[in-house]
Amino acid sequence: MPKNVTFRLNGRERTVTVDDPSEPLLYVLRDRFELNGPKFGCGLAQCGACTVLFNQTAIRSCQYPIASVEGARITTVEGLGNEHTPHPLQTAFIEEQAAQCGYCTNGMIMSAAALLHKNPHPTEAQIKAALDGNLCRCATHLRIVRAVKRAAAAMVKQAQRKTA
Amino acid sequence: MSTTFDRATFLKQTGAMLVVGFSLNAPASAQPGPSPRATLNPQLLGAGSNEVDAWLAIDRNGLVTLYSGKVELGTGTETALIQLVADELGVPFHAVRMIAGITGVTPDQGVTSGSQTIMTGSIPMRRAAATARNRLLELAAQRFQVASADLVVRDGFVRPRNAAGSRAIAYGELLGGRKFNLTIDPQVALLTGNEFRIVGRPIKRVDLPEKAFGTFRYVQNVRLPEMWHARVIRPKPVGANFVSLDRNSIAGIPNVRIVQKGNFVAVAAPDEWDAIRAARALKVTWSGGGLPAQNDLYEIIRKTPSTVKVVQQGGDVESALSSATKKLSATYLWPFQTHGSIGPSCGVAQVHPDGTIEIWNGTQGVYPLRDAIAGLVGVPPDKIKLNYVEASGCYGHNGADDAGAEAALIAQAIGKPVRVQWSRADEHGWDPKGPAMVMDVEGAVGDDGRVTAWKLDTYTPTHSTRPSGQPGNLLCGQLLSAPPAKNPNIGGDRNAATIYTFANRRVQVHWQPTAVLRSSALRGLGAPQNCFANESFMDELAHAADADPVAFRLAHLSDPRAKDVINAVAKLADWKPGQTRVAAKGLARGRGVAFAQYETTDAYVAMIADVEVRPSSGAIRVRDVYVAHDCGLIVNPDGLRNQIEGAVIQGTSRALLEQVTFDRDGVTSIDWRTYPILRFSQIPNVHITLIDRPNERPLGAGEPATIIVAAAIGNAVFAATGARLREVPFTAARVKSALTQR
Repeated sequence: MPKNVTFRLNGRERTVTVDDPSEPLLYVLRDRFELNGPKFGCGLAQCGACTVLFNQTAIRSCQYPIASVEGARITTVEGLGNEHTPHPLQTAFIEEQAAQCGYCTNGMIMSAAALLHKNPHPTEAQIKAALDGNLCRCATHLRIVRAVKRAAAAMVKQAQRKTA
Repeated sequence: MSTTFDRATFLKQTGAMLVVGFSLNAPASAQPGPSPRATLNPQLLGAGSNEVDAWLAIDRNGLVTLYSGKVELGTGTETALIQLVADELGVPFHAVRMIAGITGVTPDQGVTSGSQTIMTGSIPMRRAAATARNRLLELAAQRFQVASADLVVRDGFVRPRNAAGSRAIAYGELLGGRKFNLTIDPQVALLTGNEFRIVGRPIKRVDLPEKAFGTFRYVQNVRLPEMWHARVIRPKPVGANFVSLDRNSIAGIPNVRIVQKGNFVAVAAPDEWDAIRAARALKVTWSGGGLPAQNDLYEIIRKTPSTVKVVQQGGDVESALSSATKKLSATYLWPFQTHGSIGPSCGVAQVHPDGTIEIWNGTQGVYPLRDAIAGLVGVPPDKIKLNYVEASGCYGHNGADDAGAEAALIAQAIGKPVRVQWSRADEHGWDPKGPAMVMDVEGAVGDDGRVTAWKLDTYTPTHSTRPSGQPGNLLCGQLLSAPPAKNPNIGGDRNAATIYTFANRRVQVHWQPTAVLRSSALRGLGAPQNCFANESFMDELAHAADADPVAFRLAHLSDPRAKDVINAVAKLADWKPGQTRVAAKGLARGRGVAFAQYETTDAYVAMIADVEVRPSSGAIRVRDVYVAHDCGLIVNPDGLRNQIEGAVIQGTSRALLEQVTFDRDGVTSIDWRTYPILRFSQIPNVHITLIDRPNERPLGAGEPATIIVAAAIGNAVFAATGARLREVPFTAARVKSALTQR
């Protein structure tokens, strides 16, 4: 039985019709909207490559049924920022050269975005704890931690400028 | 439509794309004009081309295209190759774009592997660039009516040495969009030492911005019009034969096509989720097949008849052993390990109306894979075009080649463009594994503290079953009963030999014709295994000789560069002889050292690991790893550090956690719970000292640092606890058992 699901995707209202309401959000994002940011990594919510924001929370889109995003705000890494208006996390990952193959980068940035929303001043241990479910096989972990710290500092500065 | 796969067609099809998004501060003298790509007089390239045009093109605007047979695997070599070529050519970094891994377009440089891209792969590119630069100087000399020697090159401009900048002429103008029509001068002088301007700088990688913005074109993102999604159903048990399938089992899923040829079974559907559901639901009956029991693995390896090859011999090891008083022997074991690419393999293929096939995948070698697929699908190689598109990091021969071949097979069967996406279980279960190995070592030390005898026997299959033109090396080729592939013995002997100055030694490799699991190249090939044995046993001998393990190694080395990395790491870690064990409450802390020269001819690396062991549980935490690294000329110091950090952390993961498990049906470590890798909470700090040697040739850096990690950690655990770890991975249970046996 086809079902309509309406949600906000990167700031725009979208409606999709699906045959199977349990279809994971990831395939809708990649195949219907041709968004390449969220990646297929495991389909098991074990690696984090598919991470997107559900409102401000990081979710694993590879296991998140499309029916459950009705009415939600979904943000992918493309919605976070782009080369013209980069998000501080994207800038920081480039500055710190915090990737090799970059396949996990989407998940790292999105998980870190959720962390910084909740906790603008994370300690190193808190960053590592927040990213512990995100796997990086090239092993750029040290750079990723540095990038998240750099982005946190930049975002705090940005916020101070806005309030000043 | 007729399709030819050569550079002419490629340039026609992609010329516009290449220029889009390419930002260069065009020199003032540059002539505006149409896309230069269409004006190039292209040529179909063969293997080992010695023509400048095979490697380089310079358009009227001075934009340089580097055609590389070595591909970017996510390690940063694209950026490094551009640095090298830009310097040799005398153009700014941003003036060079690299196109890599397209059959008929880029030169055939075999396989991108073995830390060879910078070390050997860059050489023809540098020679082509240096030859091109000399030709451009000649052209400028004619224009200026001066001798070439009186001209200087800077940022893509040539001007007389003693004239004002206004007379400078741009490369683009000199060449006028023409080809070079020039043979590469094999004797051309390459830059060295302080002649480099771009090489040696930590230039930021060209690919990382798109990777951070989510716009990078991975093979997983390739979409063709009317493309179908396919999934492959694997035999169970491994090696089983197809008996039947039940179409009714997927009757509820729309538009599914089933492809069954021999033992190869796949499903395809226009919608990806439908294809996934169909693959899960389709009932297939298999018969026969099966694997031996995992508990018998090392016994099987010992009993497999092998071909013995002596790889290093000197003196008389048998008589030295029989007359020795301080004699030791040990056996080291290393299990099957997997590549663990974060993105499972993917291949896309399309059969054009004239029967030619185009394939996109993340292969390490487009030409050898093309030739293997040609045999598989019965199409001549020149009617297949293979496009390398970067995938998730591979660290060797993972499922990329297989996914590309499967896509071609299914596309041919259903007459639609097809995308094959491997599942996590496909990648963990079916990619070729890094082989399990057994290493027996015997040795002796004399009263003077010198090693008097050293004997290594290493048992290994070949570490390379890459496509190499043989369908029998492809997973689907095996399922279609392609003739068994013939593969040379490669990689199991890597770093079996050492550069230590032992008077009496014999190093033998027992090459095995078969392996329990499908095996091929994993980062370092046999070097991590052999170095685990060699460097752990060096530690055992140092302990037997009551010697400091750093001093013990130094005493057995004559190569100054080898000594330099050991001294450098000792300094970096503040190594103090006799203080390798640190008192800690409830914990045992210690440090261990290891050293190797990769392949005994390439980069030098020395490492000190600081670990803590919780005796109650046996859990190891690697706190800090110190590395000194000498790979000759450093092309990009930040890229190099990134490689070393990755090699150390991935090596730590392999040492502590990783082991492929299997039962009679097949691999059972098919996800990240059953095959865990190191997480953020477990990573060590990595401290690095780089030794730059600008006057030496650059050596590879992707693998050297990973090959000694297990030994450094094992030696540290011994220092901390007195327990010797001789089997990877160092699981808590294994450590606890070693603690009770000390």
